[in-house]
Amino acid sequence: MSPAVFPSRSVASRLTTLFWRHPRLLLGLLLAPPLLWLGLVYLGALAALLLQSFYSIDDFSGLIVPELTLKTYAQLFRPSNFDVITRTLLMALSVTVASGVIAFPVAYYAARFARGRWKAAFYLGVMLPLWSSYLVKVYAWKLILAKEGIVTWAATATHTDWLLDAALSLPGIGGSSLSTSYIGTFLVFCYVWLPYMILPMQAALERVPTSMLEASADLGATAGQTFRTVTLPLALPGIIAGSIFTFSLTLGDYIIPQIIGNSASFIGMAVYQLQGTAGNVPLAAAFAVVPILIMLVYLTLARRAGAFDAL
Amino acid sequence: MQKLKFVATGLVALSLATSPLLAQVTAIGPGEGEVDIVAWPGYMERGESDKDFDWITKFEKETSCKVNVKTAGTSDEMVTLMNQGGFDLVTASGDASLRLVAGKKVQEINTALIPSWSKLDPRLKDGAWFTVGGKHYGVPYQWGPNVLMYNTDVFKEAPTSWSVVFEEQNLPDGKSNKGRVQAYSGPIYVADAALYLMAHKPELGITNPYELTEPQYAAALDLLRGQRKLVSRYWSDATVQTDDFKNEGIVASSSWPYQVNLLLGEKAPVGSTIPSEGATGWSDTTMMATDAPHPNCAYKWMEHTLNSNLQSDLSVWFGSVPVVPAACTDGSGQQTAEGCKANGSETFDKIRFWTTPIADCAAGAGACVPYARWVSDFMAVVGGN
Repeated sequence: MSPAVFPSRSVASRLTTLFWRHPRLLLGLLLAPPLLWLGLVYLGALAALLLQSFYSIDDFSGLIVPELTLKTYAQLFRPSNFDVITRTLLMALSVTVASGVIAFPVAYYAARFARGRWKAAFYLGVMLPLWSSYLVKVYAWKLILAKEGIVTWAATATHTDWLLDAALSLPGIGGSSLSTSYIGTFLVFCYVWLPYMILPMQAALERVPTSMLEASADLGATAGQTFRTVTLPLALPGIIAGSIFTFSLTLGDYIIPQIIGNSASFIGMAVYQLQGTAGNVPLAAAFAVVPILIMLVYLTLARRAGAFDAL
Repeated sequence: MQKLKFVATGLVALSLATSPLLAQVTAIGPGEGEVDIVAWPGYMERGESDKDFDWITKFEKETSCKVNVKTAGTSDEMVTLMNQGGFDLVTASGDASLRLVAGKKVQEINTALIPSWSKLDPRLKDGAWFTVGGKHYGVPYQWGPNVLMYNTDVFKEAPTSWSVVFEEQNLPDGKSNKGRVQAYSGPIYVADAALYLMAHKPELGITNPYELTEPQYAAALDLLRGQRKLVSRYWSDATVQTDDFKNEGIVASSSWPYQVNLLLGEKAPVGSTIPSEGATGWSDTTMMATDAPHPNCAYKWMEHTLNSNLQSDLSVWFGSVPVVPAACTDGSGQQTAEGCKANGSETFDKIRFWTTPIADCAAGAGACVPYARWVSDFMAVVGGN
């Protein structure tokens, strides 16, 4: 009786056996790259940022002192820096509310009434602005809102320039023209972020079952009651998801307020100005932590409202 | 921990001790095939924007060094890019150059390896914005004044003082300057205010607008706070400014000859002047990274910047002044003596060049306000505080 001869096996087949015997090894290998990415590149960068924010800058030499201190965070409460935070926060809130108000009817129509070709037109209309460069859009708005731009021209032609002047003379948010006032910054923010509000809203509204609306009507609810007690609560997660987009995007943007508006700093601009030549990385890092904290609070509130239940 | 610190200090000391050996190039070898340059937009043209303006193609043909350009819009961006490394050269302005030197991101240049060094404008050779302790950390590239640009429909005669942008007043057309003037959106603009105070408040004793003691600095900030009420938007982007002169009703602002030429090219009614107080200005320097991957091509490029059509054509293209005075007249490019004059070549003595403010100044160690505070305070002024 001759000894049994096993055919020699290829590397691939041996690996297959190895993975079959140790399933955890395969899992580990597959998960390692994304975990490394998340752990090192993503969270590592955040940790470095956090660490920097606890350093401080020596006012006389302009050099960074690598000793842990809360001095830099205290600087955030100086009136000039705190103004930057409140300004950004107020802008983000008003942009979110306005986007929600504008987006809801659009999303509602698209979800409930638009069919076939109209639906395609809707998607195209909402997505089209996202296809062109963000900078091109912002510069285009600068021209539209300029003192000698089309808005002023239209207002003069229709004899409604008193309305424009009244809006521009509002204390705090006015200015010498739309493109140099907070009103202009607000309008452009609303325009640029609107699609991010409409799309999740529409997805949520589409999921509201028609049968529930019919049941509500059968039970004698008026249109308004149905809207308030059935449609709105069911669509709320979508609205909140959209608001997370508009809110966080406004909170972090630094290009729009640089081109449109009166040059007053927003958080993103402050971070941009403080790093680099200024070398005040600690204060820039502390500023960068502020939106993170605000978003954490916002997300906690959103979770309580059930925005993530459908995930 | 203490031990670790000790080891780290030792390493730093060692690297400092050995760095002079590594720092300077002593001979130029064969090219490495490419060179990576960080530059201001408009500084590196290869005939793609306009076929008449090309100072790269010839260099690439002669030296076989391919030029890779990365443009940066602000000095901050340049410093950040150089800190990241991987680049050979940067066209640094005075508000970035000293910081690059202090951060040891750029190396001393061996001027003996650049034959055309002798052609440089003698007034620029030892500029304080790139010469530290007698060592040259770069080759001057171009310079220019920060001029006062004005609308010629409103000002029939050129304004003679910067007061039109600093203090509320009625302009020659009878209307107030409120909302019709602009200022540069950069902390370095504090120096413009200091320059104005040098002439109008001599009791403050300002001798150098980049070296301000606390009371001088406070006065400059006060002036800027008053200006904030007149300015509806600060400019940082040349396109935004030219657009504001055309569509936003702006009639006077600090500016660069570049925007003036751009607007004149579109037949807009503008002019530019250097008022009696003088002006701030910029002088850019080609600096070489400490760890430049292509030092030979980098040296060849530095020679090329001084000895080709670059100086002449670039000064036409960018509205700046050549650092080689001969380039205005020698016909190496399209620049002419009149053109150089229009770009401000005769204003040199009236110009205070951008320099990074540091705490140790002529008034004593730690006597002046450093740049980090200029940044946060200028931000506060623009924010209305």
